[in-house]
Amino acid sequence: MTAIAICGGHLVDPAAGVDGLEDILLKDGRVTEVAAPGKLKIPEGAEVLDAKGLTVAPGLIDIHVHLREPGQAYKETIATGTAAAAAGGFTAVAAMPNTIPVNDSPEITRWMQAPERGASVRVFPIAAATRGSKGETINDFAALKAAGAVAVTDDGRPILNDSVMREVLVAASRAGLSVIQHAEDTRMTQGASMNLGPVSFRLGLRGMPNEAESSLVERDIRLVTELRDSHAHLHVAHTSTAAALAAVRQARRNGLRVTCEVAPHHFLLTDEHVGLYNTHAKMNPPLRSAADRDAMIEGILDGVVDAIATDHAPHAQHEKEIEFEFAPNGITGLETALGLSLRWLHKEWELPLGRVLSLLSAQPAALLGFKGRGTLTVGSFADVVIFDPRAEWTYRATESKSKAKNTPFDGWAMQGKVRWTISEGRIVFADPA
Amino acid sequence: MDLSVEDVSRLLASATELEGEDPLVRDRILAKRRMALLFYESSTRTRTSFELAAKALGVDTALISNLSSSIEKGETLKDTGLTLRALGAEAIILRHFSSGAAWLLEESTKLPVINAGDGMHEHPTQALLDLRTLLAHLRPGIEEVGPETLAGVTVTIAGDILHSRVARSNMLLLPRLGARVLLCGPTKLLPEMAAQAGPGLQIERNFEVALAQSQAIMMLRIQAERLAGLQLDLDEYKASYQLTGQRLAAFAPTALVLHPGPIIRGMEITAGVADGPQSAILEQVTHGLAIRMAVIERALLAKAGRA
Repeated sequence: MTAIAICGGHLVDPAAGVDGLEDILLKDGRVTEVAAPGKLKIPEGAEVLDAKGLTVAPGLIDIHVHLREPGQAYKETIATGTAAAAAGGFTAVAAMPNTIPVNDSPEITRWMQAPERGASVRVFPIAAATRGSKGETINDFAALKAAGAVAVTDDGRPILNDSVMREVLVAASRAGLSVIQHAEDTRMTQGASMNLGPVSFRLGLRGMPNEAESSLVERDIRLVTELRDSHAHLHVAHTSTAAALAAVRQARRNGLRVTCEVAPHHFLLTDEHVGLYNTHAKMNPPLRSAADRDAMIEGILDGVVDAIATDHAPHAQHEKEIEFEFAPNGITGLETALGLSLRWLHKEWELPLGRVLSLLSAQPAALLGFKGRGTLTVGSFADVVIFDPRAEWTYRATESKSKAKNTPFDGWAMQGKVRWTISEGRIVFADPA
Repeated sequence: MDLSVEDVSRLLASATELEGEDPLVRDRILAKRRMALLFYESSTRTRTSFELAAKALGVDTALISNLSSSIEKGETLKDTGLTLRALGAEAIILRHFSSGAAWLLEESTKLPVINAGDGMHEHPTQALLDLRTLLAHLRPGIEEVGPETLAGVTVTIAGDILHSRVARSNMLLLPRLGARVLLCGPTKLLPEMAAQAGPGLQIERNFEVALAQSQAIMMLRIQAERLAGLQLDLDEYKASYQLTGQRLAAFAPTALVLHPGPIIRGMEITAGVADGPQSAILEQVTHGLAIRMAVIERALLAKAGRA
């Protein structure tokens, strides 16, 4: 593997407290040297990337994506999903287990990581918490971890049964795995296809109440409190309501290991974006009220939110061109997360660049225990994103590397353009422009 | 409903004009034009009314229902719509169980789509024919309507508002003509957020208090097919919200009684009231024919625009 020298760029490595002009050298998949501009000892034959005027940062990490393999390659494959990730500046993604079959075994976990999948960036499988995600029998977490699983969840089929959830938390903690919960009390959301509120009433659609999310988060936190001695780690996926975020905030004050993520669409859009039954504004959890959206922004700015995660959920075009209530949930997100975060969190709401990048790399890496990622200190993985922080551009879904084009952000203005993405020392994306 | 008050006024005027036209002249207005009636839900009034209205204008119609068509084999709404367009349909009248289906069909086919009821969302021609019925009694002889036409008029919509597309269309239309709309029903069938659906809406849970203020009362059926597990105590419901002869005589002795049908006698309305002198239920059906002629004419003669 050729060495890569990145010269002239502005290195922002929040985990290392670095924010200044630094050159870095990547060799054998690792960061081997960080030096003042011009001071790098560049080996013979190394590829030199001119990063003048550009920001150099640890590759982004998305801990919530759906890559659809095995089983639904018509929507996305590990190859296409990770190509989209690379284009979006991501160098590692954690893939949800709601595949077909459900990833509840070491075999599938290993299959997803096999070189034959053609992944551009590192894929960390998240395994199902229970057999077939049916919420009944707990999987062998130690075996799943040994196969490479980084967390467990039943994602779209949340664990409602208290004793099963308790058992999952204890067993996961024993195995050293985090438990991720898609918090939705599905008993309150039967037949619902958007947020419950004046908009759903007007559109004649059944709505999901905020309580469906917050009550399950509260239940989970109660369980974690009871199990305090087991040091279980609960991670709340795609938080969308003020009440759920408040519960997380309180749990943290109480010293519990409870973390949460927020998706860009939940800090940018509201249920008004459903408009006239736009299925690209249909996801679960749904777009909420303006008050909830504002609470997500506030939570990001004040630090209670631990990570930005996209919930990248590709679907085929024909699946979204149907009646709103029957269309599948989810939107793509890997290629728009950085551009939207810089445009809105950084430029509009003045969150310092280092904090934005930390929410997209160092913090998610720490959250799921990805050692040597989310930072560019010497010895770390050579996972790098190099972007032009000032470039403004327009996202075009038709140009997506993903198989799917289901995004509400088609035509949106983005800030910050990825020039190169480097995953473990390989250039996996280079901006053709 | 995306019609302006001026559009509504024009539709009402052309309904009157078409209704009064010589049938032999009228059936040449849209002679041999083609329209499809695409029905995914059962219907008596709306389907027959649209079909007769279309035929009265000379339109060739084809009726497609979800049973006995390729829809049963899994064809999507988009493909069914494109097929009908390829067969020469110039507009489609759609009745569908899914909210927003009319938008989807219009988006997919780029044809004018007349919404004949979509899920719990809207039923615009019903609201227009209800308006025409109201005007015939409360503003007889009026030729044009505007934002003040129904000023001073209070209309109560009572019953299963949550699941009713008729309620949504009426509660959006009537206030734009100046009416005050009282929504009445139990919380389970009328959530508080209903009052935020548009301007001019108020919730009044006490049926008798609402009746006492109203010049017209629209009764709605409990939509058993859309309750989705919701438990209702029907005896309690009837005790509070059934429109009985006694209630009507005591609280609204001169008010007009409307109902979009189908009526469930003995549930939301007693037989005596349905058949009584204040009932305009069958008049509504007749007004529907005139309104649908106007809406069909508008869809086929004008360009864009959904009624």
